[in-house]
Amino acid sequence: MSEPSINDAPGASLDFAEMQKLAADILGVDPDRVQMEVSFAKDLAADSLDIVELIMAIEDRYHVSLPEEKLEHMKKVGDLWEFLLTASDAP
Amino acid sequence: MSDDGQARVRVAITGMGLVTPIGTGVDAVWESLTQGRSGIGTITQFDASEYPTQIAAEVRDFDPELYMDRKTARHVARYCRLGLAAARMALADSGLKPEEMGPDDVGVVVSSGAGGMEEIERGHQVLIDRGIGRISPFMVPMMITDIASGLIAIELRCGGPNYAVVSACASSGHALGDAAEVIRRGDAVAMIAGGAEAAITPLLMGAFCQLGAMSRRNDDPAGSSRPFDLSRDGFIMGEGSVIMVLEEMEHARARGARIWAELLGCGSTADMYHFTAPDPRGNGAARAMQKVMRKAGLVAEDIDYVNAHGTSTPLGDLAETLAIKQALGDRATHIPVSSTKSMSGHLLGAAGALEAAACVLAIAKDMVPPTINLELPDPDCDLDYVPNQARPARIDVALSNSFGFGGHNACLALGRVAA
Repeated sequence: MSEPSINDAPGASLDFAEMQKLAADILGVDPDRVQMEVSFAKDLAADSLDIVELIMAIEDRYHVSLPEEKLEHMKKVGDLWEFLLTASDAP
Repeated sequence: MSDDGQARVRVAITGMGLVTPIGTGVDAVWESLTQGRSGIGTITQFDASEYPTQIAAEVRDFDPELYMDRKTARHVARYCRLGLAAARMALADSGLKPEEMGPDDVGVVVSSGAGGMEEIERGHQVLIDRGIGRISPFMVPMMITDIASGLIAIELRCGGPNYAVVSACASSGHALGDAAEVIRRGDAVAMIAGGAEAAITPLLMGAFCQLGAMSRRNDDPAGSSRPFDLSRDGFIMGEGSVIMVLEEMEHARARGARIWAELLGCGSTADMYHFTAPDPRGNGAARAMQKVMRKAGLVAEDIDYVNAHGTSTPLGDLAETLAIKQALGDRATHIPVSSTKSMSGHLLGAAGALEAAACVLAIAKDMVPPTINLELPDPDCDLDYVPNQARPARIDVALSNSFGFGGHNACLALGRVAA
């Protein structure tokens, strides 16, 4: 897999399906279950360790950095996606 | 069978699960043990081509997802994956259903010598290369040596006493012995007990090479583990997990369980001699053998077979020979003594459980597994080591020796149960 070219076209080149698959691999669930409104804890049985592992994988994959204080705001898949869009738009 | 005149709670072995370099499951392991088949080969888990010792006894073709979901498999170390697989197998073999019993009726004592060694090494490399922020949040639970017991309790719903016993290469001998005591003192009806080990890693292999304890017979893997042979030159690192279901005898009988054998007891002592070298006179080991006989009300004439620790080191095999003679007197020269490590390699913290299983099967199947590669016997090792060929024999009581770095000795006694 090639790296997404987020520097060339901020945000626009991010592929939700790719993040879905990455999250599904980490959380051990079917990719179809990783949808915007889905709760990591309630719907995908992710504990705090799973979330940390997922964030680390996201940071590595997309070359972004999630400040520790924002970790607790990552409740739903959509929260993570929003963060990713914003972070990859940043200069 | 007790020397204090009180009725002792008897402990039955009602289930066995094995994931080893010489096979998975009772039938496959027993076939290897009786056919004299070696599980030793060139190391595949990492590139060992620069190591003085390049061979080990690896568990091949293990698919963890047959025993756990993918996420669990990814979040535990290899020793735990092997351990959970063996525990599931043992529980299925026993027919015991912890989920239908009281929450603390079934406990778990599964030991490991090294724990999640490969995860420690991987995590440390991440720290060096990429910094603190990239250490896995699962690092701690993956590395600690008690977590197999915790994982098994979670997955198999066993809420009784839960911990690990660590005594290097005697760990699972002690685990089985202690688990039996948990049942005897009334803290559980049944215990899932044994050992799990997966330490064929770059650091640990290198460390054992530096210790000078391993065979360097790289061009002859199947012939490398040769206990009691004059040309033995060290042990062979092995991995795997062997777990048993121990159960209060009357409980096992009441539910009509198949009883493999009785765990008569464990004799436990310390050498008080050296970190890594055995007492050359075998005193600590002899005391362990004498202790279990005394506790179980046995005399030397009752012992029909000894499964030796027999790691294939020059010092260890000689010291153990002296220990067996000291503990059993004349009886030592009249009974079969074999080292199944000649086939399985040395499973470290899982070795004691594998060898206890070999004793159980010898009792159940009237057959003594051999010591393979015994071509030119060491004249100082002069017992009947059952060279190269399995031998039919009725075994009513067997002893299984396990010794660990630190001078830990555990001797288990296993006995036939009348039908």
